[in-house]
Amino acid sequence: MMLQAETVHQVGELSATGFVVASTIKILAAFSLVMVTVAMLTLLERKISAWMQDRLGPNRVGPGGLLQPAADGLKNILKEETNPAESHRIFFNLAPMLSIIPALVTFAVIPFAAPLPTQWGLVEMVIADVPVGVLFLLAFSSLGVYGIVIAGWSSSNKYALLGGLRAGAQMISYEIALGLSLLSVFFLVGNVRLTEVVTMQQELGLWFALPLAASFILFWISVFAETNRLPFDLPEAESELVTGYHTEYSSMKFSMFFIAEYAHVLTASALMATLFLGGWDIPGWAGDNIRVIGDGTVVGGEPAWWITLLTFLAFLLKTAFFILVFMVVRWTVPRFRYDQVMDLGWKIMLPVALAVVVITAGTILTLDELGVEYGLVYGLILTVVNLAMLAAFLLILDRGRVLAGTGSLTEKRREAQEKARLRRREEAMTTSTGSTAD
Amino acid sequence: MIESYLPILILLAISVVNAVVILGLTYLVSPYRPTSVKSAPYESGMPGLGGTRDRFSVKFYVVAILFIVFDVETVFLVPWAVAMRDLGWEGFAAAMIFIFILTVGLIYEWKKGALEWD
Repeated sequence: MMLQAETVHQVGELSATGFVVASTIKILAAFSLVMVTVAMLTLLERKISAWMQDRLGPNRVGPGGLLQPAADGLKNILKEETNPAESHRIFFNLAPMLSIIPALVTFAVIPFAAPLPTQWGLVEMVIADVPVGVLFLLAFSSLGVYGIVIAGWSSSNKYALLGGLRAGAQMISYEIALGLSLLSVFFLVGNVRLTEVVTMQQELGLWFALPLAASFILFWISVFAETNRLPFDLPEAESELVTGYHTEYSSMKFSMFFIAEYAHVLTASALMATLFLGGWDIPGWAGDNIRVIGDGTVVGGEPAWWITLLTFLAFLLKTAFFILVFMVVRWTVPRFRYDQVMDLGWKIMLPVALAVVVITAGTILTLDELGVEYGLVYGLILTVVNLAMLAAFLLILDRGRVLAGTGSLTEKRREAQEKARLRRREEAMTTSTGSTAD
Repeated sequence: MIESYLPILILLAISVVNAVVILGLTYLVSPYRPTSVKSAPYESGMPGLGGTRDRFSVKFYVVAILFIVFDVETVFLVPWAVAMRDLGWEGFAAAMIFIFILTVGLIYEWKKGALEWD
């Protein structure tokens, strides 16, 4: 609404039947696309790990190993399933379903392209543009923790139980920082609808990754912890817990946990692209600033099929970027220790997220007070404040240790205690030997 | 607005069917020949020691309790965040009081040692 001289385009509204047909097509297309992408992601992960470790990776099935996921799926279906004798049968079977269902539903609210004009009316390129938007996504993606905890508990295996407990504690710990870092986005957007998030980034002329840099970094770290990816893969931790919560799972049930994990990675990447990298926005071009104001009417640019296609490609590229970072990080950094994970979540992420919320809110209100128009200048001032905040936090938290381990504060305290105890013991020894000498 | 939730319901139904079909397919196709050794809980190849329905660290409960407090805080802050620019400084002050009280709580937990793991 800050745009001057907005051009209004009337495309026409979809009829009720048109809405149902369009929704069904979108759902089926998106669902198959997600399933195929998830399958390809498992291959991509193996290829990237091979590339980073100077190996070839899977290259036998199909051209360049492209059919490897299909072969894996077939093998997993045909393999025998083991059911541990002491497991709780109902929950043991329920857990993989509880894990995979939320993972495949969450992408429904993410807008993936500019609206498409058809002869039957305007079709919005999001499966469900629900008013609760991001909140729906948060609620559903955190349902996945039930699947993991129930899997760990019902397997009746000590490794699985430990993995499930760790996963539960870790995921709920980082959910707080995740939620708090989202608040800054809500400040600027004034809505939780994801289509609005894209629109407001186009109006600002800057993707939120810059003006909300501090929240972006916090959100990114929390997402790594939420998806149980390295360096936060404590729930699996193959070197200490076999494979954690899915130790007892075999055959297709194991695959379901795997599909759920990669679906989470995909959705999280798409969400980050939408929240902080402008969603389907093409940078530096005003033609795609298309905003639907209901009844098949749009303001801003004129919708066209090629704009939809281009914006979809832009969205795919941004999502692919985050997925690649996920994978490269997995094969680069080692795993945290569990107390370090909890320290980072509660003692660093939570206070920093709270401080970022307060400072960002204060800055936005001051800018509004000063009468700065919501636009590029507004965004740039916020960027400066956020970068200063990031630098300050890094300096305060690091205190000259150049990004030492997060547990090092505890470590130092423990070392000091250990030294004090040794000194006390030595003193006791000298006094006792002194007394015998007497 | 309520009809905008319809696609989510359809998608949810498809996901549930998908999960059931995957489980059903393996049930039908894969062999099932359990032996007592095969269905024993895996403990790195050693005979299992003790049960798993045992007590575990109370730390996990503490984390869960703390989570409830701070997650509710986040949920309470969302409506304020959405309307922040309209509410202005008054709303900001109210939110700051709320955050301050919870920060005091966090410091208390910290000093009590509820956040320490060893």
